[in-house]
Amino acid sequence: MPVMTEVIETQLPGVGVRHDFTTRSGERLGMIVHRTGHRDLLVYDRDDPDACGLVLRLEEDDARTLADVLGAAHVTEEIARLQSVAGLTIDWVPVTRASACAGARLHDLGAASERGATVVAVLRGEETISAPPLDFVLQEGDTAVAVGTAEGVRHLFELLQGSSVDPLPDL
Amino acid sequence: MGEDHADVALILGALGVAALVLAALARARARGGNSPIPFYLLAGLGLGSLGFIEIEDTVVEVGSEIGVVLLLFMLGLEYTSSELRSNLQAGLPAGVADLLLNFTPGLAMGLLLGWDLVAALLLGGVTYISSSGIIAKVLTDLDRLGNRETPSVLSLLVLEDLAMAVYLPLVAALLVGGTAISTLGDVGIALAAAALALIVALRYGERLSRLVAHRSEEVVLLTTFGLILLVAGVADELQVSSAVGAFLVGVALSGPVAEEARRLLGPLRDLFAATFFVFFGLGVAVDELPGVIVLAMTLAVVTAITKIITGWWATKRAGVGLKGQARAAGALVARGEFSIIIAALGVAAGAESQLGPLAAAYVLILALAGPLLARYSGVLEPVLALMSRERPQRAKPAPP
Repeated sequence: MPVMTEVIETQLPGVGVRHDFTTRSGERLGMIVHRTGHRDLLVYDRDDPDACGLVLRLEEDDARTLADVLGAAHVTEEIARLQSVAGLTIDWVPVTRASACAGARLHDLGAASERGATVVAVLRGEETISAPPLDFVLQEGDTAVAVGTAEGVRHLFELLQGSSVDPLPDL
Repeated sequence: MGEDHADVALILGALGVAALVLAALARARARGGNSPIPFYLLAGLGLGSLGFIEIEDTVVEVGSEIGVVLLLFMLGLEYTSSELRSNLQAGLPAGVADLLLNFTPGLAMGLLLGWDLVAALLLGGVTYISSSGIIAKVLTDLDRLGNRETPSVLSLLVLEDLAMAVYLPLVAALLVGGTAISTLGDVGIALAAAALALIVALRYGERLSRLVAHRSEEVVLLTTFGLILLVAGVADELQVSSAVGAFLVGVALSGPVAEEARRLLGPLRDLFAATFFVFFGLGVAVDELPGVIVLAMTLAVVTAITKIITGWWATKRAGVGLKGQARAAGALVARGEFSIIIAALGVAAGAESQLGPLAAAYVLILALAGPLLARYSGVLEPVLALMSRERPQRAKPAPP
């Protein structure tokens, strides 16, 4: 898995949130998510790194189109909205080789659901299997989308990641 | 009955003409891309000097009052309570510098002119507060929202708004006057009420927002509008100033409701705020303007410099390069709506007669000069470089 680039988040009072990061080629890219919903795509100026050389205004559907072209799923935004519901945690859990669960059925994860977490979807390659049945068999390389209490999700995470030899991504 | 009818016809006609004049000015302005406030003020001054319409009608007066209340409400709405909290912690040093540098010139000039303390304090407020309306528009138009100096600029504006929550009830209580002890009591009550309301707004804002939220836009519009006017009325009764009450309702509302309220009440705000600015202009005796123009120019130059220093210092602390420092410094110079609101408080209470014309001339100058300085901030760079004792090349951080 590629190393996640560090994305810096800055609050802009009265405007929204700005996210920015440096690309591998050294360009600084940013995005303002306005509270009204539209976005500004920012490309910082090389000569004056405090200023934007290019500002592109994207309406909500433009942003979605761009995200599609870049390969992100619609799901993300929906889930981010869900995530703001109090007491509910959502996480993407990659099933690694170290996991005892590769080859196991979801049913076998029963212990986690007792703690209040469920696998609501599995991402496999290009495919998204939402609401997988209990006899669904997990494979190495799948990503399980877990929803539930913070504790339950953490438990599920440990189960699916096995003895976490790999550095945990995103956490 | 017949006479009443004729009155209504006259008032409606006069208002219609006034609105059309404003529309024509707004049309001309749209081409220039400037703030509407100077034009509204000029329209008021012009209409007043021509004796074109005699507006002494309570309808217009109430309209202008609603304009102030809605301006303050939208200002409160602009920032969520968490933004207010986090900015209060992070931006405090810059905010204090802003207050000291920009309040003092106005206060000093008031005292030098031999005004009483309250009037001088009002003039301090006029010179202190930047126009968040003009600045937000300038930053958007010039595509500078993403720039690295922008969070520092916005943070200063947030803190100025917070300062208003303390300042407005304070001067409102002082304007009522009375004996030293009763004034002290009034000030105490006003500040306590404002503090209490601020705490309630910060803590129970979410619950209030849920209460207001509804599927129907009509319900949201009427609930919000009613709530603003009611709280403003109660605040006025308690001598806390109606504007502060409205401001706190704005602070309390958050989340999607705030967004919806902004969208729904925006046009109403524009309409009533225009009424307010024109009304203020009408109230200024035009023949007093020549007498204050030199004072206004002096004050404008001095406080433009102090704002430039504020912006420079705040962004330099945040590690922004020279060009960014200059952009922030230029952007902060604009004064506008809130300076007029503060002056109007004094005019309404019959404070110093020069305050109205002086504030009008001052805002006219800086509302026009501010956006220009923001756009051509390059002219500030050599001066700021000298202040930083750095050559421009060195101030520029190396690209990553």
